[in-house]
Amino acid sequence: MTIKFIRKGVKMSPKSRSSAVSADKSNLKAGAQIIVDTLIDLGVDTMFGYCGGVILPLFDRLYDAPIRVIVPRHEQGGCHMADGYARASGKVGVVVATSGPGACNLTTGLATALMDSVPVVAITGQVRTELIGNDAFQEADTTGITRPVTKYNSIVKDIKDLARVIKEAFYIASTSRPGPVLVDIPVDIQVAKYEADGPVEMDLPGYRIQTKGHARQISAAAAAINKSEKPVLYVGGGVIIANASEELRKLAQKAHLPVTMTLLGLGSFEQSRPESLDMLGMHGSAYANYAVQECDLLIAIGARFDDRVTGKVKTFAPNAKIIHIDIDPTSISKNVNVDIPVVGDAKYIMTELVKEVEYRERAEWFKKIAEWKKKFPFSYDRNASTVKPQYVIEELCRQTNGEAIITTGVGQNQMWTAQFYKFGRPRQFISSGGLGTMGYGLPAAIGAQIARPDATVIDIDGDHSFNMTMTELATAVEHKLPIKVCILNNGYMGLPRQWQELFYGKRYSCSRLQNPNYEDVAKALGAVGETIDKKADVPKAIKQMLAEKRPCVFDFRVEQEENVWPMVPAGKSLNEMDGLDILESMA
Amino acid sequence: MKHIISALVENKPGVLAHVAGMFAARAFNIDSLVVGRTEDPKLSRMTIVVVGDDKVVEQVRKQLAKIVPVVKVQDFVGQPVVARDLMLITLSAPPDKRPEILSLIEMFKARVVDIGVKQLMVEVSGPETKIEAFIDACKPYGIKNVARTGTIAMPRQGPSEVKS
Ligand SMILES: Cc1ncc(C[n+]2csc(CCOP(=O)(O)OP(=O)(O)O)c2C)c(N)n1
Ligand SMILES: [Mg+2]
Repeated sequence: MTIKFIRKGVKMSPKSRSSAVSADKSNLKAGAQIIVDTLIDLGVDTMFGYCGGVILPLFDRLYDAPIRVIVPRHEQGGCHMADGYARASGKVGVVVATSGPGACNLTTGLATALMDSVPVVAITGQVRTELIGNDAFQEADTTGITRPVTKYNSIVKDIKDLARVIKEAFYIASTSRPGPVLVDIPVDIQVAKYEADGPVEMDLPGYRIQTKGHARQISAAAAAINKSEKPVLYVGGGVIIANASEELRKLAQKAHLPVTMTLLGLGSFEQSRPESLDMLGMHGSAYANYAVQECDLLIAIGARFDDRVTGKVKTFAPNAKIIHIDIDPTSISKNVNVDIPVVGDAKYIMTELVKEVEYRERAEWFKKIAEWKKKFPFSYDRNASTVKPQYVIEELCRQTNGEAIITTGVGQNQMWTAQFYKFGRPRQFISSGGLGTMGYGLPAAIGAQIARPDATVIDIDGDHSFNMTMTELATAVEHKLPIKVCILNNGYMGLPRQWQELFYGKRYSCSRLQNPNYEDVAKALGAVGETIDKKADVPKAIKQMLAEKRPCVFDFRVEQEENVWPMVPAGKSLNEMDGLDILESMA
Repeated sequence: MKHIISALVENKPGVLAHVAGMFAARAFNIDSLVVGRTEDPKLSRMTIVVVGDDKVVEQVRKQLAKIVPVVKVQDFVGQPVVARDLMLITLSAPPDKRPEILSLIEMFKARVVDIGVKQLMVEVSGPETKIEAFIDACKPYGIKNVARTGTIAMPRQGPSEVKS
């Protein structure tokens, strides 16, 4: 993290300000300039923003500032770009929008970032202070609308608070459990002048960060691990946020523990390692779900027992003692009762744990897991003549050596990506997990590519997810970003269709729409477009795509009614998976 | 079980909305919520009465503490506290019933604060149970209007038997 937070410093007293003003008027700065200078101070060199009436003073100051501004085609896209940028880099993503409609368009992006604990700072323009509450043109109660979808938000009503509030926003967004923070700035505050030199002290008496876990709790956790015959590590996105993959690997190796990951945890632990059980949950691996249901100790780290992970809560991990390591105390014992809670930073706690845990063979446990793995691997009909979506992903993984940054849409495309791309590094898999926001993939890929210009960034998308934000292709073209969109085009909203097939008697109500020709769409927007409808063409198409320097859209016409297996139906326990016979027959 | 939760919060615009919004979003039920200033102009105190099992109230406490401008949260359950409500109540009080009503007011250590032709306004303060009992006692005469503050509370320092 490049951001420097000055916690102590000279407070600007009104007295010194007025004397300075009278002595030297050139120290006066417009609010908009204070915003820009504060952002630069905080290490911001890139942001995403869309202009409008009451944010024009800020955009004017950005005109020749040393900050790269990427303009999306829709503020939602801008917010997802900031989010993708943040997830790929670990830095704070910044998005700017105007009041009213601009701010409203951010909400989906903010909610997405909140659910997945992504550090995003949103700056919105607001109508003049004296008009607030009068239903002025393009007025919306932005702090009211965004309060439930941000970690914190506030409106600046006095220019002397401006620099401080922005610094606080970055600090809150990026520390403890990260999340989006919005700062609403009326246009008159952007225009007003203020003498704003010198460091700014933050004032957050209610914001506490607990980094160090309780030593006694850590020892209790270590003792439980050392005693366990059948442990499972269940890790989530928190491990990636804490930059603690190295510690996780050491813990798993030293104590000899199998590791399963949540959707957002993918990348935290190398899936090629023998301890990996891949993803757990509704569409997780059979071996992860069986292991969780049979384990005698579940060690949750930076995960939150989401219902997509637990299935029926009452029967989740019924034989296990539960250790829960998380920086957010509200996550602990919220859904599942925890035996050994440890509140703190995953990196710190795992470092301590590694010192206390001992190696154990657990031969029987690992043997059992190996049998499940052998019997029920993720699989599909490899002999089919059609283009199987899973095949496209496997081929992508093979040709990129499992090293690309992957974003996704939501639906089957997302689940198959989680199942068939084997991740090895943190910040490599970027997907809307908690909110499940269709349309996230393309803008997130743009943000990720800007954060990591040299990386191969691929959006594995669904046709309908892509439909939602495909206008951002124009943004990618404008900025010459070599992102690669692979549409797994099944012509359906695949996941709803799967549910309709299984639970609604195949009545495909409103889950099939007429799609455009994506090759033509791509070309019209200035990108490369290709259509692939033959299995035999997949490898060379992917090869061509990976060599492209321009943004490209590859439309893979995949098997239309393919299903995601296994599946834990809603309300069922994790071990009550459907589709195991299918997996077994194709293993 | 009823819990009285006391939260010190920054005295800033929007804090009440943060707290109230959190309660609504997480479907926690509140009996009452009282906000007022404290000795420190930068801080306000919110006293919130919630009913729920231990698990729910534990979540309430943690979720409150997580709100950025919330500085400190205490759950007074199991502690000796002084808890008080204030009520203004208007009763129908025809002249022939007044002596009876006044003696009732006397018994509850309440006060008449306004006298009308046909009605009286009475101020009562005390534990919630006393307020409820007073309301019950007044019912036969006809209650016109009730305004209540909700509970405020503070932990006791001295022995818990001392009653005020
Ligand atoms: C914004 C939004 N609206 C609705 C949904 C509900 N939903 C989940 S998956 C899905 C269909 C996704 O279709 P597609 O992108 O084609 O993916 P597929 O499942 O076919 O791979 C829908 C409508 C959602 N997740 N997000
Ligand atoms: Mg689809």
